[in-house]
Amino acid sequence: MTVRVALFVTCLADAMFPQVGKATVTLLERLGHEVVFPEAQTCCGQMHVNTGYQRQAVKLVEHHMRTFEPYDAIVAPSGSCVGSVRHQHAAVAERAGKRQLAARAGEVAKRTYELSEFLVDVLGVTDVGARYPHRVTYHPTCHSLRMLRVGDRPLRLLREVEGIDLVELPDAEQCCGFGGTFALKNADTSAAMLADKLRNVLSTDPDVVSAGDSSCLMHIGGGLSRMSVETRPVHLAEILAST
Amino acid sequence: MSTFLGMPAVAPRGVGQLRGDEPFPAAARTALGNEQLRRNLGHATRTIRAKRAAVVAEVPDWEELRRAGEALKAATMARLPELLVQLEEQVTARGGHVHWARDANEANAIVADLVRRAGADEVVKVKSMATQEIGLNEALEAQGIAAWETDLAELIVQLGHDKPSHILVPAIHRNRTEIRDIFLREMEGAPADLTDEPRQLAMAARAHLRRKFLTARVAVSGANFAVAETGTLAVVESEGNGRMCLTLPQTLITVMGIEKLVPTWTDLEVFLQLLPRSSTGERMNPYTSLWTGVTPGDGPQDFHLVLLDNGRTAVLADEVGRSALHCIRCSACLNVCPVYERTGGHAYGSVYPGPIGAVLSPQLTGVEDNASLPYASSLCGACFDACPVRIDIPSLLVHLRARHVEEHRGPSAEAVSMAAMSWVMARPGRFRGGERLMRLGRLLGRKRDRIGALPPPLSAWTASRDLPRPPAQTFREWWRTRNG
Repeated sequence: MTVRVALFVTCLADAMFPQVGKATVTLLERLGHEVVFPEAQTCCGQMHVNTGYQRQAVKLVEHHMRTFEPYDAIVAPSGSCVGSVRHQHAAVAERAGKRQLAARAGEVAKRTYELSEFLVDVLGVTDVGARYPHRVTYHPTCHSLRMLRVGDRPLRLLREVEGIDLVELPDAEQCCGFGGTFALKNADTSAAMLADKLRNVLSTDPDVVSAGDSSCLMHIGGGLSRMSVETRPVHLAEILAST
Repeated sequence: MSTFLGMPAVAPRGVGQLRGDEPFPAAARTALGNEQLRRNLGHATRTIRAKRAAVVAEVPDWEELRRAGEALKAATMARLPELLVQLEEQVTARGGHVHWARDANEANAIVADLVRRAGADEVVKVKSMATQEIGLNEALEAQGIAAWETDLAELIVQLGHDKPSHILVPAIHRNRTEIRDIFLREMEGAPADLTDEPRQLAMAARAHLRRKFLTARVAVSGANFAVAETGTLAVVESEGNGRMCLTLPQTLITVMGIEKLVPTWTDLEVFLQLLPRSSTGERMNPYTSLWTGVTPGDGPQDFHLVLLDNGRTAVLADEVGRSALHCIRCSACLNVCPVYERTGGHAYGSVYPGPIGAVLSPQLTGVEDNASLPYASSLCGACFDACPVRIDIPSLLVHLRARHVEEHRGPSAEAVSMAAMSWVMARPGRFRGGERLMRLGRLLGRKRDRIGALPPPLSAWTASRDLPRPPAQTFREWWRTRNG
């Protein structure tokens, strides 16, 4: 059965990491599904909400509803942005006294999936026909783990990838220290958390560190780049799209 | 006056320990530079985390217990006024005396007065967060009354002229060599050949404390729980030093935050399972002391309960924020917090550090007095998972950030940029324009194909991390060419 999927690419992937969006399209189409990209989409407003600007986020929530309400399945290559849709949008609307918007947000949230959830739970696949002959370690991002409870879905997908050498990341569940504006407001603490994450990543001697969130990968990748090491950040979608 | 036009007051300034001297990021920077501190904390939190994980995993109905604890606390907060009156009636009926303290100053004055009336100039103390919060020791000292901490870790902190840095393990920032040095320097009668062997350190403290227990006429304690139905107070502890204080002196004064209540005796069953596993990682704590009023011929004959508000009613008035009052002070959230593990407790400036402190302290003092604390988290969510009464700390942090911005934040560069971004992102046309502007970033970092330095505030990022250059084509541009 072909599913019509609305891609919620996320503002960060759209502007900074287009390869992640492209890989998500490639992957879903290869699995026989139709991908549409609602071009009106902008940003879910998570950064505003998490920085305290909930009032300024209300119109972004409204815009997100208008954009995605027509679709039955909405997929994003990001645990954090799906977490924002599922756990924050209705609350932001409630706080602004917009009951109806909150109800609409609740409905859209039910149809919004993080990529690994969509593949495993909705499409029922773990072997997506990918080939990726590299040594990979996987960082399970905080919001995927503890907001969405994606559990080991990303690892189940990665284990089926042909040629992959998947190595376990020590202290995998510890935060990388990104946290949105936390990385700027508490830059020293964030950097200390990143240093420990990088040490654990490099202890596995990988070609690639992967994750399901471009934001966390931008943080980890920014640290690796500063250290001038060979290990590269690659999004889960890119690995699963590779053949 | 505790209220102005019906608004409950926050904890007063200038007394107690709920506010730091500097904002969290600055205090954290100092702490992060102390490598000994980071080693001590990393080792200690890792050990406690592993113990907790093991004993929690062996309880098949742990999630149901957490939900029961959450429901009991929510029900208690919903009718706190009636339950407090019931507690007062029960304690009084059983020979105790109840005092109501609006804030730290009132509580300190009540305790000092009671100690003087008992004819004493020193007290022994059971480890207590409430008395740390109100700065009782300092207030008593100002009245010429010496307060002796009897919990081993609190004793280390007191002798070291230091501040506690953890709710449960107040000297977590010290290692045993540092402790030996403190004992040798500060403890009356410490053996000159004292080593840093844990048993020797414990024996030295034991000899020191026994002298205090046998001479003190007044003890001061906090309380983990109070049962409204029966008027029973409860203290759980590991060392037995609390039990000494609660049974030997003639007069016992208990200072307790008003949120520590449970409605009925059977409710204790839930919390006495949740607390030890979450705090020390034990199935059961070694000492659980329960007392109800006064028992003739057995234990203290003069019992006073001081009920402390100190901002709690203000917390209760916030429908979202009030769940911070559900906290049972287990400190599981501190031990799993990646921020706490690296900065330690002193950086939070309050006796309540870590994730729970970041949501409790700003509410007790008013958000403007602890404005940096709600931001002292990456919102990783480990605290919520560990909390035995399911306090959704990440959501509370986000709520308090919004309160800070809405109530206290004047015009700022951040506010302007947030408003501008919201304006840009609310319309796809503007958003595309914004993306095109971002592409100017391609002018940067061309040589190394990465951006290594940016002006403030983004220099906070590039101080330790690179940024990738913006791509030549955004995703939506690619989509248009592909489907165009």
